[in-house]
Amino acid sequence: MAKRIDVNALNVYYSKFLAVEDISINIEPKSVTAFIGPSGCGKSTFLRTLNRMHEVIPGGRVEGEVLLDGDDLYGPGVDPVTVRSQIGMVFQRPNPFPTMSIKDNVLAGVKLNGKKISRSDADSLVEKSLRGANLWNEVKDRLDKPGSGLSGGQQQRLCIARTIAVKPDVILMDEPCSALDPISTLAIEDLINELKSDYTVVIVTHNMQQAARVSDKTAFFNIAGTGKPGKLIEYNDTAAIFSNPEQKATEDYVSGRFG
Amino acid sequence: MSVMTSNKHSATPTPPSRKRNSLSKGKLPRWAVPATAAGAIIIGAALSTLTGFSVATFAIYSAVLFVIAATVITSVVEGKRQGRNAMWTYLIYGSFLLALIPLASVLYTVLEKGLPGMSSHFLFTSMNGVTGAVDNQTVADGAPVLGGAYHALMGTLLITLWATVISVPVGMLTAIYLVEYGKNGPLSKAITFFVDVMTGIPSIVAGLFAAAFFGLILGPNARMGIVAAVALSVLMIPTVVRSTEEMLKIVPNELREAAYALGVRRWRTILKVVIPTAISGIASGVTLAIARVIGETAPILVTAGIASQINTNVFANWMSTLPTFIYYQILTPTSPTNIDPSVQRAWAAALLLILMVMALNLGARLIASLFAPKKGR
Repeated sequence: MAKRIDVNALNVYYSKFLAVEDISINIEPKSVTAFIGPSGCGKSTFLRTLNRMHEVIPGGRVEGEVLLDGDDLYGPGVDPVTVRSQIGMVFQRPNPFPTMSIKDNVLAGVKLNGKKISRSDADSLVEKSLRGANLWNEVKDRLDKPGSGLSGGQQQRLCIARTIAVKPDVILMDEPCSALDPISTLAIEDLINELKSDYTVVIVTHNMQQAARVSDKTAFFNIAGTGKPGKLIEYNDTAAIFSNPEQKATEDYVSGRFG
Repeated sequence: MSVMTSNKHSATPTPPSRKRNSLSKGKLPRWAVPATAAGAIIIGAALSTLTGFSVATFAIYSAVLFVIAATVITSVVEGKRQGRNAMWTYLIYGSFLLALIPLASVLYTVLEKGLPGMSSHFLFTSMNGVTGAVDNQTVADGAPVLGGAYHALMGTLLITLWATVISVPVGMLTAIYLVEYGKNGPLSKAITFFVDVMTGIPSIVAGLFAAAFFGLILGPNARMGIVAAVALSVLMIPTVVRSTEEMLKIVPNELREAAYALGVRRWRTILKVVIPTAISGIASGVTLAIARVIGETAPILVTAGIASQINTNVFANWMSTLPTFIYYQILTPTSPTNIDPSVQRAWAAALLLILMVMALNLGARLIASLFAPKKGR
C-alpha cells in the first residue's frame, strides 16, 4: 500500500491543444500533496493523468512518463483498468450510483468487476470501508437504503468509502469539498488526515486554507494566459509555499494579490 | 378600473386603523367566473336555438362567449395583465378539451359497439368453421354470434413478441454503440442518418420488403408469422434506437467516470451502471414502440396473410392478427347478406386491441416506476 509517484516531463493534450506542459514532480508515499492554482491552469487535468482518467475524454492524450513505484503507467501494454484499480479517485461532485444501496455502492468496485465475494467478507469490507470514511455510525442502520438519499457530505464520504474498498495505493481527490458546507468539509479534511497513514493522497483544491490545513507538500500551478498551457510553478513543503515562497507568482497567488 | 375600486371601498369602508394596501388591486369575487360560465352557456344555448339547435354550435357559441366575457370582466376588475392571463388560460383549457374530444369519442364508440360482442366465446374461439351459413342461421334464430378472435389474439401476441425479440437487442445495441462507442465518427453519423430514414418508412413498404426478402429465400409463397415479425421490427427498430439513445445520453457522465475510476471495464460499466440507470426510460420506450406496431394492418396482410383457424407456429402457415381480423371482417363480411355478426366481431376486436394497447401503456409506467433509481432515506 501507499506507493510513490514520480512524474517526468509530462505534457498533457486535448487533441492538438497542449493543456499542461512539462510537469516533473515527485510525490512521497503516505503524504498529502495539494495542487493549488487559478481555474483553468490544468491542475485537475494533470490529476486525471495520474490514473489514466484523462484519456476517457475524447482526444485526451499525454507524452512523458508517470512512475508508480518505478512502473510507468503509460508504458506499452499497461492496461488502464489495472492502473485505475490501484489509483482511486474522488470527484468534485459526489456521484454515488443511483441504482444501488449504500452497501452496494461501497461494494461497487468489487461487484461491478464480477468478483465473487462471500457475504461475511462483503459485510466486513463494507464496515471497514465505511469506518475508514467516518461514515459507519451514520449509516450502519440503513445500509440497504439508496446512497442518493444521503446528504451531500455523506455522499462524498460514501464515494471515499467506495474508493478505499478496492484497496488502492493512491487516492486522488479532485476538489472533493467544493460542493460541501463547512461542517462536511471539516469531516472530509479530518478523514484526509487519517487516510494519510495508509495511502498516498493527492488533492486538488481551490481553497488555500484547505491546502494549508491538510497537505504536507503543495504544488502551485499557473497559466500565462488564455490558450497557453498550464505549468507547475513551484512545488515545496506546504509551510514554505505559504510563508516563504520562492517564486513571485506563488507569493502573489497565496497572498491574494492575484486571481 | 380606479372608479370601480374606489366604489367598492366607499361601499365597505375600511377601518381607520388599517390603511388600504397600496400594493393590492381589485380582485374578482370567487363566484364571478362560474357565473360568467353559466351566463355564457345560457346565451350560447339561446343563440344556438335561433340558428337551429345543435350540440356543436351550442358548445362553440358558449365557449367563445365565455372566453370573451371572462377576459373583459377580468381586465376591467383586475387589470389588463390579469385579463390577458385569463384569456390565455381559458384558451389553453379550451384546446385541451378540444384535443380530448376525438379520444373520448373513439373510446365511447368502441365501448358502445364492442362491448356487446365481448364474451368468453369471442375471446376463446377462432373463426374456424364459421361460414356465411352459420351467420345467416344466427341472425335468423336471434342466437348469440358464433366465432371469435382467439386466433387473431394469438397472432397479434406472437407476431409482436417476435418483433420485439428481434428489435430490442438490435435497437439497444445500436443505441449503445452510438452513445458509448461511436464518438460521433463517420459510422455513427451514417447510422443516425439511416435510423432517421427508417423512421419515415411507410409501414406497407416495410411489409413489402419483408415479403420480398423472404420470397427470395423461401420462394414466392413464404407467408408466415415470422415474416410479419420482421416487417414490424423494421418499423420498431428506429423507435427503439431513438428512445434508448436519448435515455443513455441523459445518464450523467460522472457515473461512468466513477465506475472507470474504480477500475471497472467499459463494457461492465455500460452493463452494470449505465443501463440500470437508464433502464426505466428504455423499458417505457420499448413498450411504446410495441404499442405503435401492434396496430399495424398493411404489413401483416402482405406478410402473414389471413387465417381463420388457430395457428401458434410463426414459422409455418398464414396467421391473422387483430388489425387484419378487423379489416377482413369489415371489408369481406363472413355472410354478405347478414353483415351484422361480422361488424359486431370487428368492433369487439377493436375494443380488445385498444385494451391491449392501454395495458401496454400502463405496463410501461409500471416498469418505469419499478426500475427507476431508488428514492428514500
